[in-house]
Amino acid sequence: MADPMRIRASMTGDKVEVRVLMSHEMESGQRKDASGGLVPAHFIQNVTVAHAGKTVLSAQWGPSVSKNPFVHFRFKGGKPGEKVTINWIDNKGDKRTDEAIIAGG
Amino acid sequence: MNTKRRAVLKTGASLLVLTAAGLVRPSQALAQDWNKAAFGTRSLAEAIKALGGSGSTESRDIQITAPDIAENSAVVPISIESRVPRTQAIAFVIEKNPSILSANFDLPEGTDAFVTTRVKMAETSNVYALVRADGKYFHAVKEIKVTQGGCGG
Repeated sequence: MADPMRIRASMTGDKVEVRVLMSHEMESGQRKDASGGLVPAHFIQNVTVAHAGKTVLSAQWGPSVSKNPFVHFRFKGGKPGEKVTINWIDNKGDKRTDEAIIAGG
Repeated sequence: MNTKRRAVLKTGASLLVLTAAGLVRPSQALAQDWNKAAFGTRSLAEAIKALGGSGSTESRDIQITAPDIAENSAVVPISIESRVPRTQAIAFVIEKNPSILSANFDLPEGTDAFVTTRVKMAETSNVYALVRADGKYFHAVKEIKVTQGGCGG
C-alpha cells in the first residue's frame, strides 16, 4: 500500500484551493536498470477528487507525470469543515483514497 | 443428501458472483477510464484526434506558466489557466516526450479552468496547453529548455 497523500484544502475567497502531493514512483517505462533491462512502467492512471458527493476534478495521467505527483486546483461550492476526498489508481491496480477537511481562509 | 446438494450449489454460485464482482470489475474500469490510444500518440494532431476532437485553434486566452529553462527535467512545474469560455478540460502535451500526452484533467462546472502539476521532460521541447471548451479544442504553446540530460525517472 502506498503512503498517504498530503492534502491541503483551504478557502481563498469563495473558492476551495486544493493542493495534493501523492506518494508514487511514477516509473516511466523508459528507464534502464543497472543490468540494462527496461524497468517496467508503473504510474498513476486515474485521479478523482470529490466533494459532497460530486466530482470536482478527474484526471487521466501518463507515465510522464513526475515522481510523487503534485496537483493544485480550485473549485467553488465548498465550505470550511467539509470534506474533500481524493482517489488514485495506477496501472497495476494499486489504489489509495485519502481525505482532508477544508480549512478556513 | 438433498440439503447438502443445495449447499454445494449455493457455494458455487456465490463464488461465481464474487469472482465477477471482484476480478472482472477493476480491469473493466481501467479500460474504460484510461484513454490508452491518446497516451500512445506522437503528435498534437494525433492526440486531439484520440481525445475525440478534429483539430485545434491557437488561443491567446490560454496561459502557460512554467520556467523557460527547467532546473530539473524530472520535475518541471507547469500551470495552465484558460479564459476560454466553458473550458471543460485541460491537457498537458510535451511534444518531444516518447508519449506526448502527459496528463488530461476534466474540469466539471464549478471548478476553475486552472491546473498546476509537475511533469518529466526528455529534452528541450514545446509544451502545449490543450484546452477543450464547449466541445472544441484550443491550444497555447511554450518552449521549455532542458539543460541537463533527459528525464531520469
